[in-house]
Amino acid sequence: MSGVDTGGAAAGPAVRTGPAAGAGGAAGTGADTAVVTGIGVAAPNGLGTETWWAATLRGESGIRPITRYDATKYPVRLAGLIPDFDAAAHLPGRLLPQTDRVTRLAVAAADWALADSGADPAELPEYGMSVVTSNATGGFEFTHREARKLWTKGPQHVSVYESFAWFYAANTGQISIRHGMRGPGSVLVADQAGGLDALGHARRTLRGGSSLVVSGGVESAFDPWGLVAHLSGGGVSTVADPTRAYLPFDTGAAGHVPGEGGAVLIVESAAAAAARGAHQVYGEIAGYAATFDPAPGSGRPPGLERAARLALSDAGLAAGDIDVVFADAAGVRERDDAEAAAIEALFGPYGVPVSVPKTLTGRLTGGGPPLDTAAALLSVRDGVLPAAAHVTRPVPGHRLDLVRGEPRPLRVRAALVLARGHGGFNSALVVRAVEPGRGAARGTTRPSVRETAREDRP
Amino acid sequence: MSHLTFDDLREILAECAGEDEQTRIDPEALDLPFTDLGYDSLALLETAAVITRRYGTDLADDVMAAVETPRQLLDLVNSAMAEAA
Repeated sequence: MSGVDTGGAAAGPAVRTGPAAGAGGAAGTGADTAVVTGIGVAAPNGLGTETWWAATLRGESGIRPITRYDATKYPVRLAGLIPDFDAAAHLPGRLLPQTDRVTRLAVAAADWALADSGADPAELPEYGMSVVTSNATGGFEFTHREARKLWTKGPQHVSVYESFAWFYAANTGQISIRHGMRGPGSVLVADQAGGLDALGHARRTLRGGSSLVVSGGVESAFDPWGLVAHLSGGGVSTVADPTRAYLPFDTGAAGHVPGEGGAVLIVESAAAAAARGAHQVYGEIAGYAATFDPAPGSGRPPGLERAARLALSDAGLAAGDIDVVFADAAGVRERDDAEAAAIEALFGPYGVPVSVPKTLTGRLTGGGPPLDTAAALLSVRDGVLPAAAHVTRPVPGHRLDLVRGEPRPLRVRAALVLARGHGGFNSALVVRAVEPGRGAARGTTRPSVRETAREDRP
Repeated sequence: MSHLTFDDLREILAECAGEDEQTRIDPEALDLPFTDLGYDSLALLETAAVITRRYGTDLADDVMAAVETPRQLLDLVNSAMAEAA
């Protein structure tokens, strides 16, 4: 396990550093345990956690034609788009001139996640709160507009906010400023895998002494320039039928549909959550690991299976403890084959349910895996797995137990989330239920979790 | 456009740095520091750029850096325009 963060609460005698070290003991109890206490979602098929989750369980898709400009000349005309986000209704007016669409979505999702958690940043130590998000495309639309001003009107017309508004780190920075969170802030950039890397790093940041981390990731790049950037990444589906464009693990797989949005999660040490009287805990971030693929032509296997094994080991769990896998689901045959092989190697043929709710949103770059993690946590809460949409002809050789057609009722105690990023990134994250009587969930009943979450609807 | 009024300035500030109910400045704010009104140095640089474009004044960055209140900014712009006239 060398080279990987190995400080899992139940992983045995792993060496830990930092002020949070030494709590040790069973999972879900100490300062060393990272728990998720709030979720905020901005997804193509729903704004707000409960709206999105209900739409996901109903099988409602957010994949739709691009209509904000004439996209008919582009090879791809579909995307997972959020149709009705009114930034002015959710953000202070002062933030609008200095934010790209992606940051507006991220700031709103962070607001909703904090409200869901019940944590009041004004009452918490400012240097104990951190922001760690994932973003892989920055603010394309903002910089596209300002670059156009530069070449059509001249440098005096370019917004001063072009100096930062398009950065990968803009989401982290604006959330940090808005809530006075002065602890370590960072952004993880690794395409899809970065979304899990952010959550892994959030846990590491807690071990470094923070008590609350706003984490996850949100992505949006669908102005004409951003769309072209998605195309250059490869693997984008050119199928025009929204029900046939993104079919991971299907014999009709033709690439992926890119999408916008993601999820922001409030990650706290179990001890800090208990100390402030957190009213809910969705689950624990129990394990995380990242690997990198070997160079093409090396003959060595890709790194996804190894990432998953390391994450399980970090969590102190065996494959048999995992109730569901949320797959990366590239939608490209060769990469689907590789992921199916990794899952089969770990769990055996048809050995674990595989859920692919991203068939309803497209792949959200750095926002996708945090959204999958939200789905995993809600599957723990509600005992149900979302179904993959439109996948009707699974590749027989994959031998996967894909959840298809209808959501599947299942008691979920632990879930594995997988993500791969363009260029060889692999990441895996394990979330598990926090036992009643352990950690911050002590004395909390499930109905109160739902009641509180509902108030978060925008 | 030979004179910059308070209303003109308020409009430009809203355009450059955004505006909402809580932060809309009124005439009583003329002598309050921009920092207290929620306008940081970047907001003022953006405001200076727009004033320069529309009013033809040249507000150097170092001169703008010394401006602390809306009244000081109005005086600076209007005296520059009077000199140029």
